[in-house]
Amino acid sequence: MTAQPQEKLVISGLHAAVEGQEILKGVDLEIGRGEIHALMGPNGSGKSTLGYCIMGHPSYEVTAGSIELVEADGTRHDLLAMEPDQRARAGVFLAFQRPMSIPGVRLADFLRHAVTNVRNPDRKEGQELMPMRDFRSELKAKMADLSIDTEFARRYVNDGFSGGEMKRAEILQLAMLRPKFAILDETDSGLDADAVRLASQSIARIGGAEMGILIITHHEQLLEHNIPLRTHVMLGGRIVESGGPELAAELHKRGYERIRAAYPEAAAAERSMQDALGSETAQPVTA
Amino acid sequence: MATGFNQSAIDSSTIAIGTGDAIGEINKYDFRTDSPAVFKARRGIDADIVSQISEMKREPAWMRDFRLKSLEIFNSKPMPHWGGDIGVDFQDIFYYLKPAEQQGKTWEEVPDAIKKTFDRLGIPEAERKFLSGVKAQFESEVVYGSLQEDLSKQGVIFTDTDTAVREHPDLLREYFGRIIPPTDNKFAALNSAVWSGGSFIYVPKGVKIEFPLQAYFRINAESMGQFERTLIIVDEGAQVHYVEGCTAPMYSTESLHSAVVEIVVKKHGRCRYTTIQNWANNIYNLVTKRAMAYEGAMMEWIDGNLGSHLTMKYPAVYMMEPGARGEILSIAFASAGQHQDAGAKLVHAAPNTSGRIVSKSISKNGGRASYRGLVRVEPGARKSRSSVVCDALILDDKSRSDTYPYIEIEEQDVSIGHEASVSKIGEEQLFYLTSRGLTEAEASTMIVGGFIEPLVKELPMEYAVEMNRLIELQMEGSVG
Repeated sequence: MTAQPQEKLVISGLHAAVEGQEILKGVDLEIGRGEIHALMGPNGSGKSTLGYCIMGHPSYEVTAGSIELVEADGTRHDLLAMEPDQRARAGVFLAFQRPMSIPGVRLADFLRHAVTNVRNPDRKEGQELMPMRDFRSELKAKMADLSIDTEFARRYVNDGFSGGEMKRAEILQLAMLRPKFAILDETDSGLDADAVRLASQSIARIGGAEMGILIITHHEQLLEHNIPLRTHVMLGGRIVESGGPELAAELHKRGYERIRAAYPEAAAAERSMQDALGSETAQPVTA
Repeated sequence: MATGFNQSAIDSSTIAIGTGDAIGEINKYDFRTDSPAVFKARRGIDADIVSQISEMKREPAWMRDFRLKSLEIFNSKPMPHWGGDIGVDFQDIFYYLKPAEQQGKTWEEVPDAIKKTFDRLGIPEAERKFLSGVKAQFESEVVYGSLQEDLSKQGVIFTDTDTAVREHPDLLREYFGRIIPPTDNKFAALNSAVWSGGSFIYVPKGVKIEFPLQAYFRINAESMGQFERTLIIVDEGAQVHYVEGCTAPMYSTESLHSAVVEIVVKKHGRCRYTTIQNWANNIYNLVTKRAMAYEGAMMEWIDGNLGSHLTMKYPAVYMMEPGARGEILSIAFASAGQHQDAGAKLVHAAPNTSGRIVSKSISKNGGRASYRGLVRVEPGARKSRSSVVCDALILDDKSRSDTYPYIEIEEQDVSIGHEASVSKIGEEQLFYLTSRGLTEAEASTMIVGGFIEPLVKELPMEYAVEMNRLIELQMEGSVG
């Protein structure tokens, strides 16, 4: 961690529910710009929920706690008071585990609009978009850098994309939007080993001193090129343990039995949440 | 004339486009100086009015008789009992106004909402006044003149239907009212009795017109009227793309618009007819459109309907001989106080004919969009194929979408497919787009734009651009 004061994403005592069912039961997490954090945990522990809450998914109700952007000089911005688009303009990004398809809308057109808004937070609806020429050349460069075929930009957003293509489209959006803080929700899921390696390398190229990244993953491969400053383990809606990169390796090899044994209260919460939801995961019911 | 949507339709290197103060040159281009000035406009419809219209236009006896007979048919037919609720008082309408009277309105009388939309669409002042019926667009007649010269060298006739009645009586008598007879429906009968304006196009054998012909270039105040009558004849092996209407809102003080469009596409000919209409909210838009396609011929209707109080419009293709093809693409957008009852009709009357209908409708703010379509296969139309796809997008809980597909098949050896879908803009789609910095309104607009994209990409480019802008305008304030 740098000694210099830096801009931070600060989550404190966060409780959140979906359809009346509490999923997050007091999450505390601080991520500084330039830092990489890994978030691991069994299915249904609340990892994706945390990502949705940070981005402002309307199905998730924050019942207690706060999510704030804290500038280097201490100025605080309450993310919970913002709509999702305002959060994006404030510099927050969520790479979706299951991105939505938007038929008929070309990836390039969507991205041009998104980039324009995010880079000009005060832009009013209907005002000019980023000049096409500038946008195209930047997009082309980014796609070349990430080894993505330029034809990709002409396709409809996630429409008929393979799992791997969707994830690459998410990484491309990350590269173009250059957020201050990015949450990558299982960007490795559904990818083969080579694709995970490519994703890992791509994320490493995009990140850097200006970007704080929270990588939600079950596996350590995605972390190969993105060594986390801290690894956090979520269980039953709370972060129960934090450690260095060795923790990720341990969880990947040995699973969560040690964690469940060490934190019986969280393990009990995990069981009751799964019973209440009647499923393995805590995906949004509206999906 | 720096209007966005009509320039690329013509070869600007060969056609001089008039600029500057065209008003001073009215007389130079006014070819209607022969109009007698004795017609007294009054409301209502009867044989007297119909005769006067015919007399005003100095029509031959056959046309006057056709009108009077049509009036009888109109009077004898009941209102359609399906579709929308047609609240029109036929005796409270002006059926014919001289161009001068239509132009007599002042810009000040045009409602603010319409002016505002013109502003948003960036339509130049002269064109706005024309579109709102304040005065004719004389500049367009300059363009029209040059276009005429080019086309007439190839034997193409492109004129208004009134002129065609006088100058091309043989063609008119052969085809006028033959594809859509006055007996077809009450509104076709009404149009047949009181029609005025509209386009007449004849494309001779083997002539392929490479650029779209646009009504805009020949339009005058008269043809902006409520009862246009269009007739297009595409001779063997010939080809034409006709574009009608414009995307700017059409404002009229009268509430009834009832056009008839008849098209004949002969052996191996091709015709594409594109319409984008955006009516003011008080309009009843009841239109009959039908094409007959002969051996190996191709007919395509592209039909976009926005605005109006009620639109009932079902472009039809009758495939009369083997190998004929028909395609109908339609987009309807219904907002508050609007009912779009739109659809399509395919009739397979010969073997090996193929048809396709793609319909997309959007309803919001309590609007209602209905798809009403017919696919009919006549006995003997073996190996005919038709597919129908209709997709509806509903933007909120107040709005409504219905589908009325009719399929009549009297032949075994055919392939007919029908798919329908109704969807709402998903919360997850909105969240995905807003999480990338789009406002909810921008996200909705983008989703709607994507929904109609498969049809918009079939439009001439300048129309596609306008269509997207129109959708953006329609979407404003739709997210609350």
